[in-house]
Amino acid sequence: MLAQTGAQAAAEAMRQIDPDVVPVYPITPQTPIVESFSKIVADGLVNSEMIHVESEHSAMSAAVGAQAAGARAVTASSSAGLALMFEVLGVASGMRLPILMNIANRALSSPINIHCDHSDSMGVRDSGWIQIYSENAQEVYDHNFLALKLAEKVSLPAMVMQDGFITSHSLENLEILTDEQVKQFIGRYKPQYPLLNIEKPVTMGAIQLPDYFFETKRQQIQAMSQAREQYDAVAQELSKLTGRSYPKIETHNLENAQAIIVVLNSTAGTALAAMRKLKNEFREKVGLIKIRLFLPFPQEEFREIIKKAVGENLKTIAVLDRAVSLGSDAPIAKEIKNALFDLSNKPQVYSYIFGLGGREIFEKDIKKVYLDLISKKTDHQVKYIGLRQ
Amino acid sequence: MPEKEINNSPELTPGHRTCAGCPAPVIVRAVLESSDDPVVVAAATGCLEVTTTIYPQTSWNVPFIHSAFENAAATIAGVETAFQVLKNKKEKIKLEQGEGVFEKQFGFDLANKINFIVFGGDGGTYDIGLQSLSGALERGHNFLYVCYDNQGYMNTGGQRSSASPKGADTSTTPPGKFSTGKTQFRKNLMEIVAAHDIPYAAQASPHNLADLRSKAKKAFSIRGPKFINVLSPCPTVWKFPPGQSSEIAKLAVQTRFWPIYEIENHRLKLNWEPPEFTPVEEFLKTQKRFSHLFKTDQGKKEIQKIQQKIDLEWEKLKQ
Ligand SMILES: Cc1ncc(C[n+]2csc(CCOP(=O)(O)OP(=O)(O)O)c2C)c(N)n1
Repeated sequence: MLAQTGAQAAAEAMRQIDPDVVPVYPITPQTPIVESFSKIVADGLVNSEMIHVESEHSAMSAAVGAQAAGARAVTASSSAGLALMFEVLGVASGMRLPILMNIANRALSSPINIHCDHSDSMGVRDSGWIQIYSENAQEVYDHNFLALKLAEKVSLPAMVMQDGFITSHSLENLEILTDEQVKQFIGRYKPQYPLLNIEKPVTMGAIQLPDYFFETKRQQIQAMSQAREQYDAVAQELSKLTGRSYPKIETHNLENAQAIIVVLNSTAGTALAAMRKLKNEFREKVGLIKIRLFLPFPQEEFREIIKKAVGENLKTIAVLDRAVSLGSDAPIAKEIKNALFDLSNKPQVYSYIFGLGGREIFEKDIKKVYLDLISKKTDHQVKYIGLRQ
Repeated sequence: MPEKEINNSPELTPGHRTCAGCPAPVIVRAVLESSDDPVVVAAATGCLEVTTTIYPQTSWNVPFIHSAFENAAATIAGVETAFQVLKNKKEKIKLEQGEGVFEKQFGFDLANKINFIVFGGDGGTYDIGLQSLSGALERGHNFLYVCYDNQGYMNTGGQRSSASPKGADTSTTPPGKFSTGKTQFRKNLMEIVAAHDIPYAAQASPHNLADLRSKAKKAFSIRGPKFINVLSPCPTVWKFPPGQSSEIAKLAVQTRFWPIYEIENHRLKLNWEPPEFTPVEEFLKTQKRFSHLFKTDQGKKEIQKIQQKIDLEWEKLKQ
């Protein structure tokens, strides 16, 4: 057991991964990840070489170079940093480089704001990266190994999210694997076409015209499907080590639920606490879904879970998004409506937006959502939690 | 080196799609064949990259990576760092577990020494890539950055860059009733690069390949960041007959428009001084991109300013 913040948990996982190259650039609230890791390097606890680049664009570019060379590259970012990387995120996934990145979620400008929301990672959701969201520091730690192993299996990059400040800066008790266990679990990275193999020169990042580009994208689509298929095996293997489980979609109390909330990252913890504190008569009627694997989105699993719940009692779903998609539905709400479209017997899906720019959300807010759902005091208008009218 | 031999360069093979008369492949070959050790190449988006790597073909017979337009220096920084780390790992594994174990574990062998080289156009170097270049120079990575400077964004049709010379007719600085072409002088990239206190920086011209080769050779013998700026006359956008690239490069050097020199440990050395003064007009009149300057009084004044600037820069170099 170690008392660690989410940021330290990420750094501790990185220590045990012992990546070859770690290019970094500071940005709040991610900074303590790279600061903690810098100390780990300074103390000689890893073989990693850090590159203190001059921007996040260069951080991701150096990660691409290092991973293409045949090494393991890991980095971390937030908000504007992730936005600045946007161009190179697509390069990394298009080149099929399994880079690992920790994200401490933070709002995007403007107005500038350093606090948590998910507009950064949601804003890059079409970039071809696997996305895993974490409720707390323990999950951040565990997910690092899960993400790395899955990424390397299917040759796609992966990011592990945690809520900026809420998780990144809060102390929690952490259960740590032994270094040997981690080493065994992740294994050695055997690059497929390393640039540094001068015996077999490869050209990476060639230009593809209309005659090939489409097929290359199709391969990426397939790799995402493979990630969805292979996720469970990797998660189960990790479970054996940790005793914790990592379902793509985590369900609580769905058996008799008439109404459920869907949410991810730290607010899943708040929602669970709120649900448990409901009066018995209400608690029996509500449930919670926490999304762990957001990309590739586990549509079928989600559909099956909902189908079963509808067969019992389920009438309504409230999707809580900590990001907006200006001019359209919020990201998770959209994903869920999409997943449920083919169900003949669909529950009502309501969209709630909360927590933008770090606006706090409390158990009482979640309770109110549950009570509104059960008493049918809601409609298809998007609702804003904690917003001054 | 005889032409036949150059064309058969094993590193960059024939069949690429550069325009007739483009010196970029000649520059690349001169640099690559000057390396005694294996090389890994990174390129910025631009003419060289698109004309040599049209999938599923490639002209590169050495490891090559292209990532984006502005990040070639950051990319090679990652590659070079990966090499250092893996090299250390290899040594450690050899000590602890014996010969051949690294190869088995990683699935490939690692050369003892590799020269890391970037090729970028002037847009990818002077402009959009300046930040990542500066970062890589400052951090001191072990690599050689070669800018093939064709003085504009040629891959996208010849727009101005900060390397385009004053008075040039580019697709975004066309001459007209109110314009004599590009208004600003070229950015002095060599001073910027040298200000990073790197061990070696040089300017070269493709009309003198022996000079370029010796500069590349010297660069490879030095550890740390190195930079070579090579003029790359572009027949298509500068508008001159493709057979004249070398001649025009030579005129650029003779008129002091493009002095060839090197800066080694803070000491600048001119590699060639023209024995007599040749006015810059002799260089300008060979290309249609400057033809408008000769047609108006305003244009002629611009030529005077260009000459004055060249004289001033030359004096500075000689000091
Ligand atoms: C971020 C970004 N902006 C713009 C472009 C479009 N673009 C591609 S190549 C190029 C010009 C390249 O000019 P230069 O670096 O001088 O090389 P050249 O083509 O002249 O060899 C531009 C503007 C791009 N690919 N990426």
